[in-house]
Amino acid sequence: MAESADFDAVVVGAGPAGSSAALALARAGRSVVMVERGPFPGSKNVYGGVVYGRVLDDIVPTWWSEVPVERWVVRRSTMMMTEDQSLAIDYRSHAWGVAPYNGMTTVRSHFDSWLAGKATDAGARLVTSTVATGLVRDGAGRVLGVRTDRDGAELHAPVVIACDGVNSLLAKEAGLLPLAEASHYTLGVKEVLDLPAEVINDRFGVRGHEGVDIEILGCTRGIPGGGFLYTNAETVSIGVVASLPHLSDAKVRPEELIADLKAHPSIAPLLRGATLREYAAHLIPEGGYDTMPPLATDGMLVAGDSAAMTLAAGLWLEGVNFAIGSGYAAGRAADRAVAAGDCSARGLASYRADLEQQFVLADHKRLRKAPALVLSERIQQRYPGLLCDLAEGMFTVTNPSPKAGGLRITRAAAAKHGVKLRELAADTLRGLRIFG
Amino acid sequence: MNGPGAADDGIGAADGSLPLGGDTTPAKALAWRGISFEERMASVDFRVGERAHITVDSDVCRSCTTRGCVTACPANLFAPTSDGGILFNYEECFECGTCYMVCNHEGAITWTYPDGGHGVVFHHG
Repeated sequence: MAESADFDAVVVGAGPAGSSAALALARAGRSVVMVERGPFPGSKNVYGGVVYGRVLDDIVPTWWSEVPVERWVVRRSTMMMTEDQSLAIDYRSHAWGVAPYNGMTTVRSHFDSWLAGKATDAGARLVTSTVATGLVRDGAGRVLGVRTDRDGAELHAPVVIACDGVNSLLAKEAGLLPLAEASHYTLGVKEVLDLPAEVINDRFGVRGHEGVDIEILGCTRGIPGGGFLYTNAETVSIGVVASLPHLSDAKVRPEELIADLKAHPSIAPLLRGATLREYAAHLIPEGGYDTMPPLATDGMLVAGDSAAMTLAAGLWLEGVNFAIGSGYAAGRAADRAVAAGDCSARGLASYRADLEQQFVLADHKRLRKAPALVLSERIQQRYPGLLCDLAEGMFTVTNPSPKAGGLRITRAAAAKHGVKLRELAADTLRGLRIFG
Repeated sequence: MNGPGAADDGIGAADGSLPLGGDTTPAKALAWRGISFEERMASVDFRVGERAHITVDSDVCRSCTTRGCVTACPANLFAPTSDGGILFNYEECFECGTCYMVCNHEGAITWTYPDGGHGVVFHHG
């Protein structure tokens, strides 16, 4: 690499956001370089569930025939648990198991490398094992490029797209993200466990490329967060997500939460005999719409986790699709700005306008109050137990005593968990307003 | 190290914060807690660089009473020392950012990424 090189655009990070941005630019005929600090795309990346691929429909037609999928999710289970109870809503769909599918489990080192390959096939240049250590700016603060740790070489371009992930040091340097705001983030820890495909199929009730995604509430000792378990081809991934300030205050070690979940009577039989393949930890930007940074500044756009675009809205847990959607839009906006010769924040403003027209910001805006509700005290600490006791009350046959009525069972369960019926009604209404 | 065994010694989930008091641990497969912290970390590919990408100013840590980093760091890299400081090892770091996020003492933690190509490499992330 030369001491400084000029491009139409520099993309920092070859995750799904960065590769999508570079793909859009390369397709538009722009010279674009992707700087990836890991030895290969996906090597610094961890996700907690499912990649929803329909965002790729317009970007990579028939993506499903070539994407490195582990299993197609045909069962989605939402589980609430206490220490020794669980209640699940389990949805299964035939349609999710055939093209164009709904969600897939994948391995990020495979998936991210595949998407980066699409960008390089289109003409983008990928430089791995290289850190973008800082921004190159002029006296007015305008971003002119990035410095790298390759002998201090600089990459110059009229526009930099920061897709450098949840800790985005570039967005922080540009003053777009707060330096450290723990309450906007959760820590995800994940174990990937080896389990033979046949055993996975038998235990989870699937076959072939069918997979299962289980999202769990009530497994984090009252620390706001949740758990997940999903099937890959010959591994299963189990993990826990916990609000950073609460985790820190609780003085609980993160791996203890996974150990709790693995030992739960509803989970342990699914994992019997499974052995640890890889342990991982990563932060997640869960603050939602209200914690997103400005998406453009003079000479720079921000996309994906760098822009806090993970949607953690309880019923919906999505991130990779938002990274792809925002990255591709950022690449197209950068192309337009370069063509117009105006890469100022104003010249790049079509990025945000585009995202508002599509799911990326529309979903986030509509669900902006969801993270606070999902992580609230009653949802996290009281409702899982309340609902489990409600199920126990309804389904326990108490002969020779006659059955209690539903209202009485509800009252008793609510009282046991310190929830007033009007609070239950208010939260239901609040949920309907947010999710309805 | 700060009690890596804590995760492995079969402590129950009931710590008083759970909605149900239940002190029963039916069919809890205690064998699942049998993995040591060292075994856990041995499953991860770390390509350790020569430069410490995170540094801790132990003098600042001495005035800290919360020490959120000690328990929250998923790699358990922050060890309290007998003189009230913090001993930090950068080698087996997930580069997650938890430590500087939960740290409420400005200047205690200087956080950067490892040099290109170094640090954690996830193969199944």
